[in-house]
Amino acid sequence: MSNIPENLRYSKDHEWVKVEGDVASIGITDYAQHSLGDVVYVDMPRVGDKFGTHEAFGSVESVKAVSEIFTPVAGEVLEVNDGLNDTPEKVNSDPYGDAWFVKIKMENTGEADAMLSGEEYEEYLSANA
Amino acid sequence: MSSDNLKKTPLNAAHRELGGKMVDFGGWDMPVQYSAGVIEEHMATRTRAGLFDVSHMGEIWVEGPDAVPFVNRLTTNDVTKLVDGQAHYSALTNEKGGVVDDLLVYRFDQDKLLLVVNAGTTEKDWDWITSHKKDENISLTNASPDYCQIAVQGPEAIGILKTMTDTELDEIKYYHFTMGHVDGVESIISRTGYTGEDGFEVYAAAKYARQLWDKLLEAGKSVAILPCGLAARNTLRLESAMSLYGHELSDEISPLEANLGWITKLQKGDFIGSDALKKKKEGGLTRRIVGFEMTQPGIARDDFDVYIDDKRIGYVTSGSPAPFLKKNIGLAFLPVEFANDGQEIKIDVRGKRLSAKVVPTPFYKREK
Repeated sequence: MSNIPENLRYSKDHEWVKVEGDVASIGITDYAQHSLGDVVYVDMPRVGDKFGTHEAFGSVESVKAVSEIFTPVAGEVLEVNDGLNDTPEKVNSDPYGDAWFVKIKMENTGEADAMLSGEEYEEYLSANA
Repeated sequence: MSSDNLKKTPLNAAHRELGGKMVDFGGWDMPVQYSAGVIEEHMATRTRAGLFDVSHMGEIWVEGPDAVPFVNRLTTNDVTKLVDGQAHYSALTNEKGGVVDDLLVYRFDQDKLLLVVNAGTTEKDWDWITSHKKDENISLTNASPDYCQIAVQGPEAIGILKTMTDTELDEIKYYHFTMGHVDGVESIISRTGYTGEDGFEVYAAAKYARQLWDKLLEAGKSVAILPCGLAARNTLRLESAMSLYGHELSDEISPLEANLGWITKLQKGDFIGSDALKKKKEGGLTRRIVGFEMTQPGIARDDFDVYIDDKRIGYVTSGSPAPFLKKNIGLAFLPVEFANDGQEIKIDVRGKRLSAKVVPTPFYKREK
């Protein structure tokens, strides 16, 4: 069964968001990393890039597959986790911790509030996965 | 996702019990990886041992006094050069010189050959072979469902198999085989594989598949053998620059273009496609398969386009991260004028043109 921390918000595309004020850290869920398999490469945006809601901001690649990552919240990239360039395997080993992808300054914090709670995401997974 | 209409090997339940992630592979319900993951599986095979269910491969017997001339007329390699207990890699070619399938030809004796063909093309090959039989005195049998095939590959493979057989495995040379007993089960023991490592492929009656699989995993425990799925099988063969049918080979691609001149014996006498292949060789090839590695971060995947100076010149036939080499590599079809080691190319990775260069193959070669 997937690990789903309660303090995060979730998208149906299997991204998680951690909200601190108007800043959202974004990563992919345990379920997503498990479906992808061994992650070997992460393609990230640059600081200052702006993205609309549900826009692809990067991609994550395993040996076998590539998957785009979408931002569930619109805003500007404040920080990029460059560490993942050297240790992409952290996406598998620590998807909710070291393996955040970007921090985004949200245009509208309401977008994060409207995302799924941990409980709702778990229900979504059991119904759809 | 339902697997009800997919074909299953006798090891289907074993794969599921081992946490296999099952996928539709050419109509077969097969594990793409197990719980350890593709990188661990790949590394296990390179450094210790990996176990592969390849029971989906097809087995076709050719028996009778004309077995050797018949197979020699349908395939590119020279079957008359095989001795009893020897196998070779070869290709079934069509009249245009394209490849119907690549295969292994095993010689049991002069009246008995075994053809081992790809899973997804077994029916196509069977139709091709039976429809090209003329007045030769042979019988053909598609025995694919009767057999399981299990590959144990890697530097520790021989040690593992030794614990299960009285057959002198050291005496079996590369691309040779013998009949023997593995865990008491009558088997064809073949020193062949698709990984670039030393190892064996064991063929036995399908009903013994589970027994052999479980015993091999048990016997390999001391060296931490891992069951390996199709993803590791692909990355292992790609590091060794071995062709995969449907990628480097097809009905439209000749073995010469796929760097398989070494199995294309144009001097042996006529075979299906030999005239077309001779013409291609005399006229000079226009394109061929090359190896490349990315020189910029990014991963080339199958079918990505290859560019030089904004001009599309070819495409990637197989592209992937290489877990042992820790590089991103691939094979590509390029015009011969660009098919030289060191040639710089660009690969279109979802809209970004990333740098790569042509390199010698194989990418990986084991130390003897």
